[in-house]
Amino acid sequence: MLQLDQLRTEIHSSQGIVVAVDGVSLAIQPGETFALVGESGSGKSVTALSISRLLPDNACIAAGDVRLDDASLADLPESEMRAYRGGRIAMIFQEPATSLNAVMSVGRQLVEAITTHTELRGEAARAKALDWLRRVGIAEPERRIDSYPFQLSGGQKQRVMIAMALATEPALLIADEPTTALDVTVQKQILDLLLDLQRERGMAMLLITHDLGVVSQVADRVGIMYAGELVELGSKAAFFAKPLHPYATRLLGALPDVDKRGHLLEAIAGSVPPLYQAFEGCRFAPRCYSATARCRGEIPPMYEMGGGHSVRCFAYAPEAAVPLVRPPLRDMGEGRAARQLGDQALLTVENLRVRFPIRSGLLQRVSGHVDAVHEVSFSLRPGETLALVGESGSGKTTTGKAILQLLRGTAVVDGQAMLGDIDLMRAGKAELKRARRQMQIIFQDPFGSLNPRMRVGEILAEGIQSLRPELDLAERRRRVDALLEQVSLPQSALTRFPHEFSGGQRQRIAIARALAVEPSLIVCDEPTSALDVSVQAQILNLLKELQQQLGVAYLFITHNIGVVEYLADRIAVMQAGRIVETGESASLLMSPRHDYTRTLLAAVPRVVVGEADTEVLLPA
Amino acid sequence: MKIVVLWTDWVVLLVLLGTLAYGWKVMRQPHLAVTWRKAFNTATGTSAATVLAVFLVIGLLDSLHYRPAIAGKADAYATETRSVLDDILHHQQTGRERSYSAPLAYQGYEKEATVIDGQATRAYLRLQHGGAHLDQPEQQWAADVLLRTVAGVGLGLLLAAAATALAVLLLARKRRQGLGQAWRSLRRGQVGFPLRAVLLTLTVLAVLAGVMAMLATAYHVLGTDRVGNDLLYVVLKSIRTALVIGTMSTLVTMPIAVGLGICAGYLRGWVDEAIQYVYTVINSIPYVLLIAAVVLILMVFIDNHPDLFPTSAERTDARLFFLCIILGMTSWTELCRLIRGEVIKLREAEYIQAAQAFGVGTWRILSVHLLPNVMHLILISMVINFSGLVLAEAVLSYVGIGVDPSMQSFGTLINTARLELSREPTIWWTLATAFTFMFSLVLSANLFSDAIRDAFDPRATHK
Repeated sequence: MLQLDQLRTEIHSSQGIVVAVDGVSLAIQPGETFALVGESGSGKSVTALSISRLLPDNACIAAGDVRLDDASLADLPESEMRAYRGGRIAMIFQEPATSLNAVMSVGRQLVEAITTHTELRGEAARAKALDWLRRVGIAEPERRIDSYPFQLSGGQKQRVMIAMALATEPALLIADEPTTALDVTVQKQILDLLLDLQRERGMAMLLITHDLGVVSQVADRVGIMYAGELVELGSKAAFFAKPLHPYATRLLGALPDVDKRGHLLEAIAGSVPPLYQAFEGCRFAPRCYSATARCRGEIPPMYEMGGGHSVRCFAYAPEAAVPLVRPPLRDMGEGRAARQLGDQALLTVENLRVRFPIRSGLLQRVSGHVDAVHEVSFSLRPGETLALVGESGSGKTTTGKAILQLLRGTAVVDGQAMLGDIDLMRAGKAELKRARRQMQIIFQDPFGSLNPRMRVGEILAEGIQSLRPELDLAERRRRVDALLEQVSLPQSALTRFPHEFSGGQRQRIAIARALAVEPSLIVCDEPTSALDVSVQAQILNLLKELQQQLGVAYLFITHNIGVVEYLADRIAVMQAGRIVETGESASLLMSPRHDYTRTLLAAVPRVVVGEADTEVLLPA
Repeated sequence: MKIVVLWTDWVVLLVLLGTLAYGWKVMRQPHLAVTWRKAFNTATGTSAATVLAVFLVIGLLDSLHYRPAIAGKADAYATETRSVLDDILHHQQTGRERSYSAPLAYQGYEKEATVIDGQATRAYLRLQHGGAHLDQPEQQWAADVLLRTVAGVGLGLLLAAAATALAVLLLARKRRQGLGQAWRSLRRGQVGFPLRAVLLTLTVLAVLAGVMAMLATAYHVLGTDRVGNDLLYVVLKSIRTALVIGTMSTLVTMPIAVGLGICAGYLRGWVDEAIQYVYTVINSIPYVLLIAAVVLILMVFIDNHPDLFPTSAERTDARLFFLCIILGMTSWTELCRLIRGEVIKLREAEYIQAAQAFGVGTWRILSVHLLPNVMHLILISMVINFSGLVLAEAVLSYVGIGVDPSMQSFGTLINTARLELSREPTIWWTLATAFTFMFSLVLSANLFSDAIRDAFDPRATHK
């Protein structure tokens, strides 16, 4: 039904012409779900935008064709294209919060979509809107239809978006990361809803995602994109039974899970090549173990492997095939020294309670409190990793910040927290300084956590300067150099600014900054959730190695169960500001006792990789 | 000769040094250099900067003051304070007529009482300087003006050609190309820097200046005012006033707005409340009233302390100086509010929290982490404010509480033009002159500030 034929989309940027999508050919049948998978910068979203012709002004379809049934969409004038867009092709986007108009009630927006693309008017359109709200599973649609977007939760907003997209009864639905911004339990509901509706309507769905777990749950066919090209195309069953392209196998190997605990993850070294250059060989060759001179000098075509499974790699060429090399499994060096967990608790938290004051009235008096964290207690031994798991709004970040004393002045914090012999909650200025030398933090967003106006050298030296003023300049320089070594960044990084680094490199800088004062505890606040899978593997490896070498304890805040399985010694599950279950990592994951833990674990999309024959947990 | 450095001259010199120091810093910091190059990468921005630079040079020449020695005496100096610009325009300054004369005229604008053949009568009299070299002006005037215009255009083109040749030469040397090839890439605009636009702007400016210069030796190009002063001289002197007001008031505004804005945004609590109350109160007082009060107090102070201000130039300069300060003190609220909002957003940034986790002191967070990150806002609003303040001077002088009436400024020019427009026959050239010059100054400042905003605003789209 939808057919892309050698689609090539160019973006004109200041660096030159970026070929974001290069020679992509694929077909989607009615009633089929096609998943387009890739890391950021692989061109999957641009492919979607090319189909609906919603490209930015500086981009255009340079060659190839997009055919929907008999119409060639690439050549349609804009006025005719508008009838297709919304009518035959509908789209839903990643961020439900910004996809809806904030000043119109959801009912009005839904009615608008219906009257634009169908014959229904007035009461009939409203009735249809109500009907759709019911079908996407919004409770009490009669009441909700007059709500404004801010009155709905993220999941409800995405449901409304789906209703709007489907109300016009499209033949093709393009879903661009529809569940990435949602919690894992909500993600499951939304995916189930999409599948139900698709089955009922028999429409085709193009699902754009970076999450292989989601793919294995909903897709019929899979296309893997790398650097603007399709590198592998096949049915879901065939793909997961035997992924062919080295990139695809490495991507699956980079996923953290419980079986890889003893080893380092298969991080793919290097990064996606910039797309403004002309390629002479395979685009993955610089990062591939199997790459030969042929891979570097000749552009591989798509090889048909039978059963609609095709792959762009010389390893599958009919003659003179390049032999595939398996990357070595990297050990942690477990034999060298098992991690020493101390007996004495490093951090003990008892009855931690955090309340944010609500101010109101003319004089901004405190009129009440919102409880963010209720009576949270846990302890952490030196060199141990405790994962704090929960969905957004469960109070895990607040707990971390309260322990780090970053909430002084903004929230009321009760309870007790002992770091060694320091009572954190009652620490004076000097004691707090001493405590800060022992505990540091790594943030989620590698782009927001480094001051864009400071050089990396200054960023790394700042902590030493502030907390170890007794060290002189030479000693500071020596330490900063050693830090770069530890996180494997070149010495030349010192004089550069954060924006010159990629996301993964920035996160390395943030880790080095936290290590600068030689802390015994690091609070990791979702340190990998803004990163691509292959980069996430690099960072997790680094964290694990550092723990091995330095014996630092991690309080690991995350919603990603795969990361937890791979890294955590113990797990604390948080829901609505309380810890509902604590336990050793293995026993808690194998036999969860609390209902919420069970729901959470069940909602995580799992993937079965044939080759390794193991069940793999995937990041949400 | 005795060098005189007026208060505002100090300011001009300091601003010049500050700009040079900043330029040196920009050269050494790659990320700043890249952004600034972006600001100079649009044809509009660079052309505006070129025009602005010409205004700046005129203002600068007018800021080098001295008192000439009195001939024959060792240690005595004239009471009159002159500037280098005065020397360049000596002919215009001294070539005073009796009253109004139209641009390029050779006789007065109105009939004057005179005695012809022993009989008292009213007639159009020849000007003392404008067109004085013509014997029979009725026949010779048109040809003379045309000749001088053509000569001026030729002179301007010659200058422009010289500038272009220099540019081509430098370009060829820098790129190690032949001259012909350098010229071709320049003509096609393939230089990476909008050099073509700059050279075109310079050509237009050179032709205008050449024509003015050729005509100005024999005529009053822009006419004369009521007391016979050459308007070209007056309007060129006004440029410095406008520039001083624009830059100095901005300089006064910045530390107040930035300091209070950052403190309010980061410290919150009672500091924030207090600062907000202060700027809300200041905002609710009509600023004309506030300025009028201060200017009146100042005038009394200057009159009562003649010993502090020995020459009239120093008196008028002091008034200008304080006018700038009071203008700055009343116009910081807008920027302060803007910076406060930005800092409230930034204080939640993770790098600020990381600094807090290191126990970094408040002062260091304010100065090292917050200030550099609002710098682009400061720069943008500085250039945008500049033109607003030049216009504010015009309004204030029009109302009569601006600069000293004896000081040349766009405001005083417009104020006199108000009366001249309502008389018959209308004197149109004062307003036209003031309008043209002020318009070009403010427009070029605005266009340049647009270019800077586009380059520095992180939210602006770069295609």
